[in-house]
Amino acid sequence: MTVINRLSTRRRGDEDVVERIPDWMPRSAADWLAMVFMLIIGILTIMPIVWVVTTSLRTPAESFTVPPEWIPRDLYFGNYLQVFDEIPFVYQMGNSFFVTLSTVVGQLTTATLAGYTFARRYLPGRDGLFWVVLATLMIPYQATLIPLFIIISRVFGLADTLWSLILTALPTAFGTFLLRQYFLQIPGEYEEAAMMDGANQFQIFRRVYLPMVAPGMAILAVLAFNGKWNDFLTPLIFMNTTSRFPITLGINDLQRYMMTGSISVVLAAIVMATLPVVLVYVFGQRYLIEGLMVGGLKG
Amino acid sequence: MASETTLGSGRRNWLPAWLAGDTVQGIRRQRMVLGVLFLLPTLIGLIVFVLAPIVVAVALGFMKWNVFRPPEFYGLKNFTRLFQHELVGNSFSNTFVMMAMTVGMLEVFAISLALSVHRFARSRLAYIFRTVWFLPVLLSGVSVAVTLSYLFHTDFGVVNYYLGVLGIDKVPWLVSSDIVRFSVSLATVWRNLGFTFIIYLGGVSALPQEILEAATVDGARGLKRLWLITLPLLSPTILFATVIDVIRLLQFFDEPYVMTRGGPGDSSRTTVMMVYDTAFANLEFGYASSISVILFLIILAVTGFQFLLSKRWVFYQ
Repeated sequence: MTVINRLSTRRRGDEDVVERIPDWMPRSAADWLAMVFMLIIGILTIMPIVWVVTTSLRTPAESFTVPPEWIPRDLYFGNYLQVFDEIPFVYQMGNSFFVTLSTVVGQLTTATLAGYTFARRYLPGRDGLFWVVLATLMIPYQATLIPLFIIISRVFGLADTLWSLILTALPTAFGTFLLRQYFLQIPGEYEEAAMMDGANQFQIFRRVYLPMVAPGMAILAVLAFNGKWNDFLTPLIFMNTTSRFPITLGINDLQRYMMTGSISVVLAAIVMATLPVVLVYVFGQRYLIEGLMVGGLKG
Repeated sequence: MASETTLGSGRRNWLPAWLAGDTVQGIRRQRMVLGVLFLLPTLIGLIVFVLAPIVVAVALGFMKWNVFRPPEFYGLKNFTRLFQHELVGNSFSNTFVMMAMTVGMLEVFAISLALSVHRFARSRLAYIFRTVWFLPVLLSGVSVAVTLSYLFHTDFGVVNYYLGVLGIDKVPWLVSSDIVRFSVSLATVWRNLGFTFIIYLGGVSALPQEILEAATVDGARGLKRLWLITLPLLSPTILFATVIDVIRLLQFFDEPYVMTRGGPGDSSRTTVMMVYDTAFANLEFGYASSISVILFLIILAVTGFQFLLSKRWVFYQ
């Protein structure tokens, strides 16, 4: 049906020529409506982003003038330099990198280990424990924040350290569930074959099963990176020292410092702080979107 | 080289004898040890950082504790206080209003986008659109809130400038207590639309084509087909996405906190902001916990209610 729709006949000279209509070409009124709608949402989505980039390149005097300038003319990079004077930007980006990368590595570790065990049938009581893990998904993070702060500061003595941000993010019920799904897809025959070759149980995990769930690990890595890099409320509560802030808190501060100054400086910081996530997205896009779509299908 | 063909052989010796893998009991023991070791980090982590905190939160809800003096049992006083506390009630109603507006817009736009882009499913264009719509999801709530609070500025904002071009008077987006909840909701929709859209895209691309085509042959077209065939087929995804969005948005914090700090007045103060201020500005940990416990119960109730209601409208094939 679709194939037929994609072909059209057109008279050229004396004969009818059958042509292929490009995939993106609207073919009906409904198609046109859809196209216009998609374009409008697309423009509304992209315009604030373009505005951030172009305004970050405007001179301070012009930063708040309307009409906005959609194509940067001045290419004034002074705003970017001024960010480094206003907040400890290098430290704060470094903190964000350290916390985010540690969290990603840590979540990959805990989630693959637990996901593997939950996918195999060897441990008595495994299913009961798995339901406990799933049940924790129902608990809203915000409701646990006050006790979490007390535990981190009083029990561990880690308040105002980067470790407080990493440690609390290491156990992941979502990641465990996700990787369990991937381990479940691998047939048990691989284990038997590896045992024939004399591999012990750890080697079977490390060298047979783990490499096969790499796509699932990629999804978790991208989601964890995005989530942790952009986390705001946790550091807002746990951290006090400006030089130990992650960059999300830095931008919040910068906006307050710049109330009377140039907004271009704030926007320059936003551009720089967003670049790492964009890079991860460019490389991990396939996994990220696939991961979210899998979630939708399972529902 | 040899290790590729004979995986692990010759390395058996580093295991103690009782774990040796050449007997059935040995293999069983290996699996037990490995299972326990592998589960420990996640289980201990979840107990210490999720389960214990929620238990402590409930317990603190029944206590008076202002950090400097040891906590004392307070009975139901926190709860009777919060039900009479106008600011708390106000924060719950703000949270609900903004959640409802945001989720409403999110679901309608996301479903429309998913169905629209599906018409051009295999084209390069669909890929470009998908990428563009997803971009705001990469931004932090703080960055989005900062950016949009500039764009929504009454006098210098870009939004009002273009509305002016269309002949519309300046809208006091963030300074009017009647409009501010809508503005913050718009900002949240802007950041989250790509996320909700992707969930629906998964659902839409899994729609059974035979049924849709059969419906078309039987004369169901346009809006009729959308309402009677497509949306019912999509209803499991709608339930899933709505539940996720409702849960996330009842815990609304970043956007309103950065855009308005709860103002003007208290017109955009959300429940989580209320908890945050009560605990970390007023240092009333017990009272703050009681508010967060109520929020927890509301989230559970709303989610349960959605699933209960779903029996009436969700259609499983």
